[in-house]
Amino acid sequence: MNFRYLPMTESDKNEMLKAIGIQSAEELFSDIPQSIRLNRTLNLKEPTSEYQLIKELNDISRKNANLKDYVSFLGAGVYDHFIPSVVDHVISRSEFYTAYTPYQAEISQGELQAIFEFQTMVSEITGMPIANSSMYDGGTALAEAVNLSAAHTKKKKILVSQLVHPESREIIKAYAKGHNLEIIEIEEKQGRTNLQELEKMVDPETASVVIQYPNFFGQIEPLAEINKVIKKEKDIMFIVSSNPLALGYFTPPSEFGADMVVGDMQVLGIKSQYGGPHCGYFATTKKLMRKIPGRLVGQTKDENGVRGFVLTLQAREQHIRREKATSNICSNQALNALASSVALSSLGKHGLYKMAKLNIQKGRYMLQQLENNNIEVVFKTPFFNEIVIQLKKSVKCVNRILLQKGIIGGYDLSDEYPDYPNHMLIAITETRTKEEIDQFTKELGDING
Amino acid sequence: MVNKDYPLIFERSQEGRTGCSLPELDVPETEIEGDINPVYIRKELAELPEVNELELIRHYTGLSTRNYGVDSGFYPLGSCTMKYNPKINEEIAKLDGFSYLHPYQLLETVQGALEIMYDLQYALKEITGMYEFTLQSAAGAHGEWTALMMIKAYHEQNGDYGRTKVIIPDSAHGTNPASVTVAGLEVITVQSNEEGLVDLEHLKQVVGDDTAALMLTNPNTLGLFETEIIEIAEIIHDAGGKLYYDGANLNAIMGYTRPGDMGFDAVHLNLHKTFTGPHGGGGPGSGPVGVSKELEPFLPKPVLRKEGNDFVFDYNRPKSIGKVKSYYGNFGINLRAYTYIRTMGAEGLKKVSEYAVINANYMMRKLKKAFELPFDRHCKHEFVLSGIKQKKLGVRTLDIAKRLLDFGYHPPTIYFPLIIEEAMMIEPTETESKETLDQFIDTMLSIAKEVEETPNIVLEAPHHTVVKRVDETTAARKPILRYDWD
Repeated sequence: MNFRYLPMTESDKNEMLKAIGIQSAEELFSDIPQSIRLNRTLNLKEPTSEYQLIKELNDISRKNANLKDYVSFLGAGVYDHFIPSVVDHVISRSEFYTAYTPYQAEISQGELQAIFEFQTMVSEITGMPIANSSMYDGGTALAEAVNLSAAHTKKKKILVSQLVHPESREIIKAYAKGHNLEIIEIEEKQGRTNLQELEKMVDPETASVVIQYPNFFGQIEPLAEINKVIKKEKDIMFIVSSNPLALGYFTPPSEFGADMVVGDMQVLGIKSQYGGPHCGYFATTKKLMRKIPGRLVGQTKDENGVRGFVLTLQAREQHIRREKATSNICSNQALNALASSVALSSLGKHGLYKMAKLNIQKGRYMLQQLENNNIEVVFKTPFFNEIVIQLKKSVKCVNRILLQKGIIGGYDLSDEYPDYPNHMLIAITETRTKEEIDQFTKELGDING
Repeated sequence: MVNKDYPLIFERSQEGRTGCSLPELDVPETEIEGDINPVYIRKELAELPEVNELELIRHYTGLSTRNYGVDSGFYPLGSCTMKYNPKINEEIAKLDGFSYLHPYQLLETVQGALEIMYDLQYALKEITGMYEFTLQSAAGAHGEWTALMMIKAYHEQNGDYGRTKVIIPDSAHGTNPASVTVAGLEVITVQSNEEGLVDLEHLKQVVGDDTAALMLTNPNTLGLFETEIIEIAEIIHDAGGKLYYDGANLNAIMGYTRPGDMGFDAVHLNLHKTFTGPHGGGGPGSGPVGVSKELEPFLPKPVLRKEGNDFVFDYNRPKSIGKVKSYYGNFGINLRAYTYIRTMGAEGLKKVSEYAVINANYMMRKLKKAFELPFDRHCKHEFVLSGIKQKKLGVRTLDIAKRLLDFGYHPPTIYFPLIIEEAMMIEPTETESKETLDQFIDTMLSIAKEVEETPNIVLEAPHHTVVKRVDETTAARKPILRYDWD
């Protein structure tokens, strides 16, 4: 059978074997000991033609309920935001998506400059002076930040707010086992990190404090006050995980003494894709410039004085430093970082602010409609685009009823927060219309009785 | 060629322009500011570019023309398996039913996605001979670390807290030792012998009851099959250690032999290499990890299971190392790999390895005429040349790489593996035609001739790129990592 990705013809093969000086290709594999040779054909499905495979996979894709056919109020870290058409057009250019990491600067100026622009945008949004070229996702970026804080302060105790995304906390704990870091959670109080608790927990042994802003319940954490508590002790790093879209409206963590700001760019131009690939970002201070994980692009000049870009400060990285590297990350999420850059270029200075504000406005309308339909809104503090409500039935049960009406309901908080049974976390983005919010709140009211 | 600075998107910005149209505010506008402590309201907007849509498209299209992908030309970058990225993969990944799925949807609404993941895991198990797979790790290095954490947890479960050393050949990828460090373990280097393979005598000396694992790439980074793999596995297992397979070079052996049958206990695969998920200019990739039955309890959670006709996630995994990444891995990349495996089947995948190996050996034989070949035996999917002959004439491997740019090629991996002086690591892959290989060979031979006759043309290369060689030293000494308006 012929395969469309394999150009070798029988005559090519014969000529090449002759040039190599062998009779058959088998000779090239003769150094594999017989006892470990696979003496059968792999048990895989038969090769499938392009037409047939598209048809089959398209059918499988239809078994899923997708966010275009359904009206979704799910958030909890992944959001259904508007993605401008230009994004897909740019990232579909094969000079970008079929390229490797830009090691050869002279033929990779496009990618290098795109990353440099991405670094600048992340730096602008977070208010931090330095940002890297991206990380796997927000959760791993946060875990890397925690590891860096321990390495930098030479301390092992990490305080993590319970209102940091549950998956991120799990990842922090998994990474922490590498260097036996002690991860202690700071309790939540009325939808925000408990400041009194934090005050008691912070001590000279603390390496860092980790806060999410807006937090997992959608509320705006009082970063100014948290920073005051942290700064009572010397040498504690303040790590903030932040939704970059929210920072279009809310004051960036840099204004509140953050040492590292990380998060996920999924909200800006990246499809949800069942949870990945997304794109972590990592921003920090100049002080940590030579310790930041991941790739960095720097501006320089070529021999003729023309501006050029190049991967830089590589002495930090695994391929140079090997076992002395502080992180093992080798790739970045270049293509998704590009998607976010394009989305941000499309939005522009005022567009990001407007989009963030649209989320807040629609969220406030949602809150009002929930109350109008006698649904209990649990927290009354300022929020971005997520609201916690209390229902009379289990969230799973409610979501199954909503599904019948073409609605994907919110996140069930009861699994990760046992103190919040029958509590649902609802996300409202700029893509939800008044009509959809009205229908959703009415349905919820009806279900709740 | 007169080269000018290519403007940054920020330099194209003009106040008052916009490139987007946001959804309308269709709800009554309310006064937000009064409800929020003004300290938390941003005072200065982020300085993002203000460009209209055409300017945006021209900017990024211009950038793309200043870049080089597999679709642009031959990319024999050793160890990176820069094969063709099939277009059907991209089409499938863009289907609404896959790309617009939320990770927290009710499981009954994502059965199609779970079916793909389950089938992909099955295929990867079959291809590698492993007992179970996780798709959670995001990239090769991430997979290495994930597997090491599992091996660490396994030893600790056995009360073997003293197993803290991981043995790594001196030819290994840089990620191997770095992953060991991040896992809180310690690197022991084992030397390569004169044949470029693991030195068994040295291995016997360094192995002991403190050995947690050996990390090995097979074929190794020199493109050579570790023929004594059975003995190596025995030495490690007899000492109580585990064997870890770096799957970067799986493209050489599919359908011929399997890591599981060689005795490996854990494996990571780079789906963006062997299984055609595109490299994306540096990512996203995907680095699933396969394990033996013994290591299965330690897999990251959740583990995907089939119960009757339904696919479910099992979170009840008391021995699990936890979560290594949010949600369930890079589904979008895994989907592309699945599409590729379905396109090729068993027959196709075996041909992939056969042709990749023929292509590499063909090039190696032809290039040997002009370049030093440190290990003169059949290679697998890649081989390593040394530029020492050229270095003696004052031209370094870096210069040869830069000269290749003038002929429209992406150069091979250079200065790796570290054990070969002036290394050039060449991996043609199976998707390149004989004509392409012949043209590249001719170019390499002509550059070798230039080195002898007109070395300056090589030393001053590249001549035809949008920038000349860039000043890396200044970039690192006085880092400029973002644009500044003033």
